[in-house]
Amino acid sequence: MSRGALLVLADGRFPAGGHAHSGGAEAAVRAGRVTGAASLEDFCRGRLHTTGLVSAALAAAAALGADPVELDAAADARTPSPALRTASRKLGRQLTRAARAAWPSGELDALSERFPKGAHQPVVLGVTARAAGLAPVDAAYCAVYESVSGPASATVRLLGLDPFGATGVLARLAPETDRVAEAAVRAAERAAGEGTDALPAASAPLLEISAQAHAGWDVRLFAT
Amino acid sequence: MNTAGVRAVARIRARADGRGGTSLPVLRGDGPLALRRTRGSGTEAHVVLVGAMSGPLGGDRLTVRADVGAGARLRVGSAAATLALPGQHPGDARYDVRLTVACGGELLWLPEQLISVRGSSLHAATHADLAPGARLVLREEHVLGRFGERPGLLTTRLTVRIGGRPVLDQQLTCGPGAPGGWDGPAVLGGHRAVGQLVVVRPGFEGEPVTSAELGDGVAVLPLPGPAALVTAVAPDALRLRRLLDGASEALLARAPD
Repeated sequence: MSRGALLVLADGRFPAGGHAHSGGAEAAVRAGRVTGAASLEDFCRGRLHTTGLVSAALAAAAALGADPVELDAAADARTPSPALRTASRKLGRQLTRAARAAWPSGELDALSERFPKGAHQPVVLGVTARAAGLAPVDAAYCAVYESVSGPASATVRLLGLDPFGATGVLARLAPETDRVAEAAVRAAERAAGEGTDALPAASAPLLEISAQAHAGWDVRLFAT
Repeated sequence: MNTAGVRAVARIRARADGRGGTSLPVLRGDGPLALRRTRGSGTEAHVVLVGAMSGPLGGDRLTVRADVGAGARLRVGSAAATLALPGQHPGDARYDVRLTVACGGELLWLPEQLISVRGSSLHAATHADLAPGARLVLREEHVLGRFGERPGLLTTRLTVRIGGRPVLDQQLTCGPGAPGGWDGPAVLGGHRAVGQLVVVRPGFEGEPVTSAELGDGVAVLPLPGPAALVTAVAPDALRLRRLLDGASEALLARAPD
């Protein structure tokens, strides 16, 4: 694997549109559930073990070479909120564009042709990792880190939270991030033999419920 | 003393009786799972699941299977809430529900709450496999602890497939020993009751339901198929039931057949 390619893909400035999303933090701040560094950490920890784990397993499975169409259906079933399904497909389409420019590959072309409106973002992430010569564990790390880095940086803007405090949250979550990425890869390897039912389906009810209301707000800083 | 806990499989088979009603060629309870046929209404057969013992206890493996044939209508409820309790046997308890519905069949699966009692450890999984053209209303409510009590460890998974395609796959683990953040602001946020109600109607294919947030803690979500999910969190079982009832009434009132 190329550690350089991993840094390019994991860079928050990689032009794949992730900066426009707060991962539910905007709704949680408005509802008074996230008020500072401590509750942000709890919020991110919850995301890590639910959305983060599921996304990382999907990405690792795609990087292993599992059928992206089946993985996309598995992602659909694990995302009951239509607002979040739409957002994930939009992000998938943006990532496909950036990835095809960065690491041209027949598999990315085929994915783009099969899903003109975008496949789910973690699936695209896994196929992108393959195109970049990265391993399933790299794809898992990108997905699981994204699941917490987005809300952390969004909360800096939403609450005026001290950026050092937000970065401290991410650093404290690093050991758990490692464990979730490893669990995601193990699940992806099981799914290679047993099918997509072996992928985790951990859900976060408050994220799903509040995403619908958030999508209907007239004024918001973030897309999700 | 047996060391393995109880193994039990209860079975229900519902078939159209050819006279516009529904017959139950198989209605077989087992161990702590007793089944009673009660008076149905119209074309519907009614079955009540009665807990003949307390449980599931640690080490138990309980399974309920219900199969609804073409043109049959089955409604299943339960006599009381199910308590997940700690047992004398080591290990988790498992409670599996396997539901199949044929094209033109309808299943209303409306059990009472599952309550996770302090010290218990239960893995509860519900799988519904529907043929295209099948109808389903399925409610699940999970309550973390009896009043004022800390919960046990509870893992639930709910999977719905239509024509083999997964339309809903949701797992939730909560209680002591669950992965971190389960009670935090992304997952349950201090709520002690969490529930889902799934409605599958062939008519949703052409006319999908619109998503709606009906109030604090509840949302109606159109799924990727002819199905919709009401998902809710609440401080307690009573308020959870009110949220699910209100949202499902609103959903079913404007649902096409």
